[in-house]
Amino acid sequence: MPNLNRTPLHDLHCELDARMVPFAGYEMPVQYYDGVLWEHLHTRASAGLFDVSHMGQVRVSADSLEVAQLALEALVPVSVLGIPEGRQRYGLLTSETGGILDDLMIANRGDDLLLVVNAATKEQDVAHLSANLAGCAVTPITDRALLALQGPASEAALAALVPGVAEMRFMDTSVLDWRGVELWVSRSGYTGEDGYEVSIPSSNARTLAEALLASEAVIPIGLGARDSLRLEAGLCLYGSDIDTTTTPVEAALDWAIQKARRRGGEREGGFPGASRILEELESGAPRRRVGFLPDGRAPIRAPARIFRIGSDDPVGEITSGGFGPSLGRPVSMGYVETEFSGTGTVLEAEVRGRRMPVTVADMPFRPSTFKR
Amino acid sequence: MKYTEDHEWLRVDGDLVVVGITEHAAEQLGDVVFVELPEAGTQVSSGDDIVVIESVKAASDIAAPVDGEVVEVNDALADTPGLVNADPLGSAWFVKMKVDDPSQLDGFMSEDEYKDMIA
Repeated sequence: MPNLNRTPLHDLHCELDARMVPFAGYEMPVQYYDGVLWEHLHTRASAGLFDVSHMGQVRVSADSLEVAQLALEALVPVSVLGIPEGRQRYGLLTSETGGILDDLMIANRGDDLLLVVNAATKEQDVAHLSANLAGCAVTPITDRALLALQGPASEAALAALVPGVAEMRFMDTSVLDWRGVELWVSRSGYTGEDGYEVSIPSSNARTLAEALLASEAVIPIGLGARDSLRLEAGLCLYGSDIDTTTTPVEAALDWAIQKARRRGGEREGGFPGASRILEELESGAPRRRVGFLPDGRAPIRAPARIFRIGSDDPVGEITSGGFGPSLGRPVSMGYVETEFSGTGTVLEAEVRGRRMPVTVADMPFRPSTFKR
Repeated sequence: MKYTEDHEWLRVDGDLVVVGITEHAAEQLGDVVFVELPEAGTQVSSGDDIVVIESVKAASDIAAPVDGEVVEVNDALADTPGLVNADPLGSAWFVKMKVDDPSQLDGFMSEDEYKDMIA
C-alpha cells in the first residue's frame, strides 16, 4: 500500500496470510486466517501475539530522574514522582481546556522514563513533549519493535524463552536479556488479560515473534480482535472514546489522577486544564463515560445517539460498540448526561432510524485477570 | 445461479427468487454475529436496503436486487447468524422474493462472469 509505514514484522504478517489494512499511517494486520472471533476467544483461553510496533516509544531523560519526573508532571495529572522504579502507570496528556491529547503508559526505568503513546498521535506527542519538558531530552525510539503477548498462557510461553518474566507482577517493567538481546518488558496490555508488552530491537523482532508463535499456545492476533478484547475490558480507544473534547472525569478516568495531584495534594494541579479537571473531580462532570448493554443481539456501533425512552432530546452518544465474543452478546460504551449514568438505567439508542433499548452497565463487561 | 456486482447470488425457484451472498462476500465480511431481516410481505424496489449483516468488524447492508415482494425470510439466521459464514450458498439464504418483472434477472452475471469479477 502506497505511503504507509511498515513494522519490522510486515513480511511475517504477509507470510501468515494476514489481511492488511491502513491504520494510523501503518499497514497493519486486521486479522489472520482464523478470523476475528476465533482470535478473540483464543486470546482469552490461551495466548495471542500482537504486533503493536506502530505505537510510539519515547524516552524522557534529564540530569536526574527527578528532574524528568517533575517536568512530565507539568503535562499529565499523574503522580509521576510516585511511580516506583521498575513500575509503570497509565497516564493522560491533558490540554489547556481539560481535554485529553493522548493516553499513554509511563514507566520508571531508574535512569529514565519510557513512554508508550498511541500511533496516530505520536508525532504530535513528541512535539508537545519536546516543547514543554524543561531540561529534558525527549527521544523517540525508532529502532525497536513492540510486541504484546496477552492471555492466560502468556506467562508460560514467554517465560520458556525469558525466565525472568515469571516473577513480574501487573504493571512491573524490567530490562531482561534474551540470547544477548536487550528486551524492555512490562506486564501489561490492552485486553483485560494477564500478559506482557515487549520492546525489542527491530532486527530481532521477527525471531522473537516466531519463537513465541512456535508455542502451541500462541497464535497471531490482528487489530480486529484487539478492538473487541479492549472493548469487553472497558478500555478506551483514543480518538473514539476519548479525545480533546472529553475530560478525564467525563471519561471516568478519575483513577488515573492520584491524590498527590488533586486538591490538597502535595503537588496539586500544575498540569494543563487543571482548574477544570480538579473542579470536576470534586463536583462531578456534566456527562460520564459508561458501558451500555443493548437488548437483543444487534451490535450498536459508533456513532449512535442516546435518548431517554420516548424523548427526542439526545442525552448521550455511543463512542464504541460491537459484538463481545466472550460475552456472546453486543456491548457498547459511550457518554451520557450524569443524571442518567446510573447502572441499570434503561435508555434508547438510535440505530438505522430505529430506537433500541440499552441498559447502562458497569465496566469492564468481563472481569480482568491481571496478575497483581 | 445469477450474481450481482454487490456479491449477491440469486437462485430462481419457480416464480420466486432466493437471495443470498457469495462465499467471497461472506469471507470478506468476517464472522457474522447478527442478521436483521425484513418482514415477509414487504414490497421493495431494486437497490433498497433489505438486510443488515453485522460481522465482528462492521455492519453491511444487502440491497434488493430486483423490484418485488419479500414473501419469505430465513428466520434461522436470527438464532444462528454464523450460518452466513458456514453455508453462504445454501442454508444461509436471506429472503425469497416474488419478482415484479422477470426480465430484470437477465442483466445479472453468470458464475463465470462473477468469478472473473472477483479474480
